Parts: sequence; C-alpha cells; structure tokens
Amino acid sequence: MQTATDASAIRARTLEIATAHDGLEAPLLPTLHGVQNALGHIPEEALLTLAEHFNLSRAEVHGVMSFYHDFKTKPGGRKVLKICRAEACQAMGADAVAAAAKDKLGVDWHETTPNGAVTLEPVYCLGLCACAPAAMLDDKVHGRVNEQLDTLLAEAQS
Amino acid sequence: MLKDQDRIFTNIYGMHDRTLAGAKARGHWDGTAGIIQKGRDWIVDQMKASGLRGRGGAGFPTGLKWSFMPKESDGRPSYLVINADESEPGTCKDREIMRHDPHTLIEGALIASFAMGANISYIYIRGEFIREREALQAAIDEAYDAGLLGKNAAGSGWDFDLFLHHGAGAYICGEETALIESLEGKKGMPRMKPPFPAGAGLYGCPTTVNNVESIAVVPTILRRGPEWFTGFGRPNNAGTKLFGISGHVNNPCVVEEAMSISFEELIEKHCGGIRGGWDNLLAVIPGGSSVPCVRGENMRDAIMDFDYLRGELGSGLGTAAVIVMDKNTDIIKAIWRLSKFYKHESCGQCTPCREGTGWMMRVMDRLVRGEAEVEEIDMLFDVTKQVEGHTICALGDAAAWPIQGLIKNFREEIEDRIKAQKTGRMGAMAAE
Repeated sequence: MQTATDASAIRARTLEIATAHDGLEAPLLPTLHGVQNALGHIPEEALLTLAEHFNLSRAEVHGVMSFYHDFKTKPGGRKVLKICRAEACQAMGADAVAAAAKDKLGVDWHETTPNGAVTLEPVYCLGLCACAPAAMLDDKVHGRVNEQLDTLLAEAQS
Repeated sequence: MLKDQDRIFTNIYGMHDRTLAGAKARGHWDGTAGIIQKGRDWIVDQMKASGLRGRGGAGFPTGLKWSFMPKESDGRPSYLVINADESEPGTCKDREIMRHDPHTLIEGALIASFAMGANISYIYIRGEFIREREALQAAIDEAYDAGLLGKNAAGSGWDFDLFLHHGAGAYICGEETALIESLEGKKGMPRMKPPFPAGAGLYGCPTTVNNVESIAVVPTILRRGPEWFTGFGRPNNAGTKLFGISGHVNNPCVVEEAMSISFEELIEKHCGGIRGGWDNLLAVIPGGSSVPCVRGENMRDAIMDFDYLRGELGSGLGTAAVIVMDKNTDIIKAIWRLSKFYKHESCGQCTPCREGTGWMMRVMDRLVRGEAEVEEIDMLFDVTKQVEGHTICALGDAAAWPIQGLIKNFREEIEDRIKAQKTGRMGAMAAE
C-alpha cells in the first residue's frame, strides 16, 4: 500500500484508476474500491477528480463514498487489523480479544498506532462464525484469533 | 427426516470436492442444455408448479416473480440480480452455498436468466465475505473455462455472462431496490415501488432480484420435477429448506430439511437438543433477526413453515435462521442488541425509520436497566406501530417487529425489571 500525499500525484493516480473503469456501466463503486486499495483511503483530491471525470457533482460522489463503511477519508496505518464484533464472535470471546488488542496496541477503534504501523477497525461478521472469534489482517482472514493474538499483533506491527 | 438422496445441497459442509469436477460428480450441470431447450414457458410453469417460495425472507412465489418479466424485449435488456448480501444477524445459509456448493448457484443463474430472457446476471456479494468471494469467483472462472458460461453457455445456444459484484459494508443493500441502486454505483437507498424492478430495475431495465438459495435450488427442481419438490412440506409451503440454527442448542448447525418439519424434530435430530433441556427454553426467533420472537413453550410443537409461523404464532419463517435462547438469556438485552443493529443500519432516507430506530433503541436501552416508567412500554409499542409500514422498505418493519414481539411475549419481564429498579431489589430479578 503506497501513500501518495502530493495532490497532483493523487489526481494522476485517481484518473488512471477511473479511466480503467470507463467501459463499465456503473464505474463509481469499483473506482472507489480501486482508489481505496491504491491509496489506502479516499482523499479530497480524489473525490474532486472523480466528480469531474464521471460528470457528477462533488456532493454525489461524497454521498456515495460516505454511505459505505468500507471507504475511509483519512489515511490509515500500513496494515489494517479488523476484529469481528458480531454476535457469534462475541459469544466466543471476541470482547476479550478486542480488549487485549486495544491494550497491546495502545489504540482505540478506528485509531492508528503512533508509529503508523497498524489501524484497528471493528468489522461485523466475516462469515467465519464456525471458527470464531475471527479477525482480518489486510486481505487475509484468521480464525480462532484468541489462540494466536500475539502472533497476529506481531505480524501486524512488522 | 429428509433422506440424503433428497438433499439439493450435497456439499453444504464442504466435505467433498467443491470444484466443477466434484459438482458434476454429484449430479450438477447434468443436462442443463436440455432443460434450457424446453423453453422459457416450460421452465416458468415448472417453477410455478413446484410452489417454491422465495428464500430471502418474504416468501414470494419464485415462478410467479419470474413470469412478471417481459416476454418480448422492447429494446431494453433484462437482468437477473442475485442477492448474496446476507448480513442479517442469525442468517448463515447462503454463505455455505457459495463457499462449498457454488456450482448449484451458477447453474441456477444460467437457467433462471434464460427463463427471464436475461443475457447478463449479477451476483451482489457482501463485501465482508472473503472466503465466499474467492470460492465463488474460482467457480465462475472454472465454469467460463469449461464453456458453461459465456457464448452458447453449456451448449444451450443461450449467451450468458455472470458477474460477481462486491458490496462495501451496508446491510440495507440486501433490500432489492437498494441493491439495484448500489449496483448502479449510487448510495444504497431503497427506491419507491412502483415501478417494480420487473418493469424498471437495474439501469431502468426489467430486473428480477432473487435470493441465492432460491436460485441455487432451481436446477435440481427442474431435473427431478415439481412433484418431487411439492412432496415436502404442507401445501403452499413446499420443498426443502436450509435451516440455520444458532444460539443455545447443543450443536448449532446449518441443515437442509423438509419444510413444515416440527421445531422439536429439527432441534432434536440435528442440534442435539436445547442446552439444559426443553424446560430451559426461553424464547426462539424463528426467522432471522427481523421477525418477532416467540415464547419457548409455544415453539416446541411449532411447524416450521411460512404459514404456520405467521398465522399461528404471529412471527415468520423469514430466512429460517432459528435463534434459540435459553433461560440464561437476558431477553430484553437481546432485543436491544437488534435495535442497535437496525439503528446503525438505517439508511436515513425515511424519517420514521431514521429517527424511530434511534428512539426505540434509546428506550430499549433504559428498559434493559429498568430505568423507565411502566407506561413507557405502551409508548414504545406505539412508536413501533408508527414506524412499521410507514417507510419505503422493510427495514422499518424489521426494526419494529422484534420489539413488538418482546412486548407481546415478555411484558411481565420488562415490568418486573422496572419495579425491581424502583424498589432497589435487583437481586430478585437476577436470581430468576
């Protein structure tokens, strides 16, 4: 996950992603997913670029972006650790896992560790109820994290 | 109990090969071209005769829904959209189909699309489903490579493309018109009906939205005939169904059973009984979080189908996500949790739902602690009645019903807690 801070670089990268989706009938959501994957979040410059490129108002693009929980407006850590907070995982000790993760990372939900290594996010049901409690580190899902939380946290901070 | 040879989903637990070769060995993709060559009308008539009711919760007859699609195109294409945005608390059936038996869904998508004249179908899958997405995409790629999708799909002469679309974390996108909006790249806010999707849906074109399970059972029904399918369950509640039983049973599971099975048989045969025995059963939510709960003693002899649960118990089969709660449960807090969920997921389009879900959750919050007046129970009931039926989509109803179920069935529990809080005797309640 690269972090582009320069406004013109963001615009260029966003335009590149948007152009790649031009052929689709509904390009906005796939493009937003693409921008989020490439930049780690969706910066203001990207919104403006997308609005212009797809001939939408900035409000429309902002509305779509802010409607879905997956899209972030602020840059996160180098890695994102999502811990499942849904019912099945809670019944299997997800609360303790969450508390331990918060404690050991020294952050609360939606916060990033001071060294910028990892962002902690809640998530609601990864579909892994059979091996709860579950968590997801970047794109990789993990089951029974209560048994391997330290390994997971070490990996997250590496 | 349903016999093994009558199961539609033969790999629901992932014990066997989930690849195309494995699916074919279990009898899927058998004679698909032959079914399609029998024509649209034949397929729709067979589906109507089978009595299959939509498995997404509302229970609308699937064959009838398909027959609303235009017979002749007016120049606009038709679409089939498959709703795989399974996010309701308690519901866990579609994920098993997509993870372990994805070819039932893909074959069903081809046949159903042909039956409604659609050359393109979209599967809208919940963004949080990682493993399911991988398995389904792998199965779609496999089907393309084998010529089962694409031009002249499965040698049927019908051109068919199937796309997998990922959601981005919004429960409301499981509502059919919100799902269409989301597919179009907009905010997932439900549309007013009419026009119904069969008239003007995705991109303004005729669209049918079906649940994963409704589509996945289609090929087997057509192969074995509607008489076989209607052989299970009571009239008007035909077929087999995936039940997902969670909560305080000894062995929670997802299992395919005949409709109209009794609750007792379902629990005893497949779930190893209620934790602590039948006397320990407090309440059951028989159809996923959006239907009212039922008192345990009314549930033991209940028949698990659409008409009995709605007509006799004032609840519903919904998605057949059976949530079992024993006497260890704080039922008020359990329903509060659902209220919190609906408040979080309300899209904010209709005022009764946007404001009402918040009000209801805040009152529930105080009822959990008993810091309320007894009159407020009636007031809360009144609020649920003002939310129910006054919103564009069913999320308002879904938020109201669990609370109505709680008040109807467990009123004395709420009153006891309020009294206990007033008199400072919390101990009496906790000892119960």
